[in-house]
Amino acid sequence: MTALFAAQGVTKRFGGLTALQAVDFELESGIASIIGPNGAGKTTLFNIFTGLYPADAGSIVFRGRPLLGLRPDQITTLGICRTFQNIRLFANMTVIENVLVGMNARIALGLWDVLSHGPRFCRTESELSTRAVALLDRVGLQANANDVARNLPYGDQRRLELARALASEPALLLLDEPTAGMTQAEAGALMRLLRELVVDLGLAIVLIEHNMRVVMEVSDRVTVLDHGEKIAEGRPREVQSNARVIEAYLGTRGSGPRRARRA
Amino acid sequence: MSPYSVLALAAVALSSLAVATAPRSVLAFLAFQGALLFVYLARIPTWLRVGLLGVALLLLMPLIGAFNGYYLEVATQVGIFAALALGLNIVVGLAGLLDLGYVAFFAVGAYTWAIFGSPHANVIFGGGFPLAGAWFFAFLFVGLFVAAVAGILLGLPVLRLHGDYLAIVTLGFGEVIRVLANNLDKPINLTNGPKGITPISRPPAPLGLPYGEYFYFLVLLIVVLVVLVNRRLENSHIGRAWEAIREDELAARAMGVPLVRMKLLAFACGASFAGVMGVLFSAKQVFINPESFTFLESIGVLAMVILGGMGSIPGAVLGATVVTVLNLQVLKGLSLWLNELKNAGVTVLGYSLADLPTQFEPAKYERMIFGIILVLMMIFRPQGILPARRRQRELAHLER
Repeated sequence: MTALFAAQGVTKRFGGLTALQAVDFELESGIASIIGPNGAGKTTLFNIFTGLYPADAGSIVFRGRPLLGLRPDQITTLGICRTFQNIRLFANMTVIENVLVGMNARIALGLWDVLSHGPRFCRTESELSTRAVALLDRVGLQANANDVARNLPYGDQRRLELARALASEPALLLLDEPTAGMTQAEAGALMRLLRELVVDLGLAIVLIEHNMRVVMEVSDRVTVLDHGEKIAEGRPREVQSNARVIEAYLGTRGSGPRRARRA
Repeated sequence: MSPYSVLALAAVALSSLAVATAPRSVLAFLAFQGALLFVYLARIPTWLRVGLLGVALLLLMPLIGAFNGYYLEVATQVGIFAALALGLNIVVGLAGLLDLGYVAFFAVGAYTWAIFGSPHANVIFGGGFPLAGAWFFAFLFVGLFVAAVAGILLGLPVLRLHGDYLAIVTLGFGEVIRVLANNLDKPINLTNGPKGITPISRPPAPLGLPYGEYFYFLVLLIVVLVVLVNRRLENSHIGRAWEAIREDELAARAMGVPLVRMKLLAFACGASFAGVMGVLFSAKQVFINPESFTFLESIGVLAMVILGGMGSIPGAVLGATVVTVLNLQVLKGLSLWLNELKNAGVTVLGYSLADLPTQFEPAKYERMIFGIILVLMMIFRPQGILPARRRQRELAHLER
């Protein structure tokens, strides 16, 4: 059986710097985490998965369809959506409008439907609204539906980004440091939510995460990147005790500790 | 009836009366416009608002035109620029694509009808022209279509450009169209160069309506349609996609917004409004030449959008009104008044205005005052007069 998502030999160079060197990544279901020190190439990998960067080599197959060369919006339509490390909401739009934009890939209305304002348009709009509210409900933002996104507190912005990504009805969700800036309690609540999503909607989720407690608790599998290469992969326990991983995070004797957290 | 309703009624009635009794007074006409703005903004029932605005625009304004034809011309110009501002508002205000050559699309529409609606087409095609005035209505759509295509042609090469770079390319595009119009009298005489094209056919006016009134009504109809289209676009997934592109292009792409299609659609929609108004403009003026489509016109329309409030439909209309009325009436009236003072030899603080050197002639202040107003607006109200308000969605099942 082929995996839901399979990337093979993904390579990316920026000028002389090799950001990713022949990285393989597979996911069938559940939650997988990608960890690694700063500059390991985690976000670059997401950017390639979602079509924002072209890859220099390798192949990616999602539900049996090759992804490389597709535009970001086409990939979203196929069922992959993401959040961003440095929160990229549509800051001057309302919370619910942010979620509605996320549904863009699922809207089958043309210009004429919009201009004629026919029953098809009105029905679709009200359906979208209902769905958006349900999503906001899910992440706990229903009371803020009409607030402007930029006025939300940080943790709420992260949750809104999650709701916006869910709005595109993805089968695979890529979350780039979803708990950054959250308290331990908030992070815990978010992880429970992710677990629910996996169970309720059958979502597969890939996390980039620095919060090790979160990673070890929630992940079914962990992939470790360092300097653009995959250095370990497996169950959280196995990875935790892997010698190369410890070396990547703590440095070899004498070289001093390397920062595992983003500055 | 609420006090506001009474006030609104009184304002419209009194200001109309003022215009009727003093048809030459700019202040009276300004009061009339102020009354309309009050009706739009005041907390009165919607039926009263729509009714009052309808009566004022459909009945009172043409009547005022009977007293003073120039006011009707001002109103018509306001309408033309309102449609232009609404079109540019889509491109700049919603999609966030700074376009400094917008008047090019206006020119494309204008020349489309000017060429075929005048004997000039005989030079190109031999004979059979000008087309009868009734073709004008078909050409409203032709102009729309041709301008939309021009919009897409501009959009294609600038898809990857942002901000300053986009502004420079669109500026260049605007100039290219004007220079083309200026020079396409050779080898084939398409535009008749700087001499311009005249006479351009007008649509036959029904019921012996004077052309001033007829064009006023046509412009009003088109503006209403443009506002309607604008509103529907804005409150749809298309408008949201445009705004998402404006807010964060990369995130918009990642959320499934087809960037190329949406940007081209924005350019095409914005351009098409200008195209329609261009067709109407050429018929109204009977004569057009490249002078009407200078860079300054593009900047003027942009100033309307920014002054009114970017991304705001009422803002664009109000911005068009304010700028047009300022230029055609207020500033002109001011300089005329100052001139009268000067000629009468009035003394201010012991200094006779008659002794003012020619460098300080009041007429030369017009642009300066306009500039100062723009600067002050940007300092004290950068969001515009009527900034875009986020639509509050009705979510009945929410306890708020």
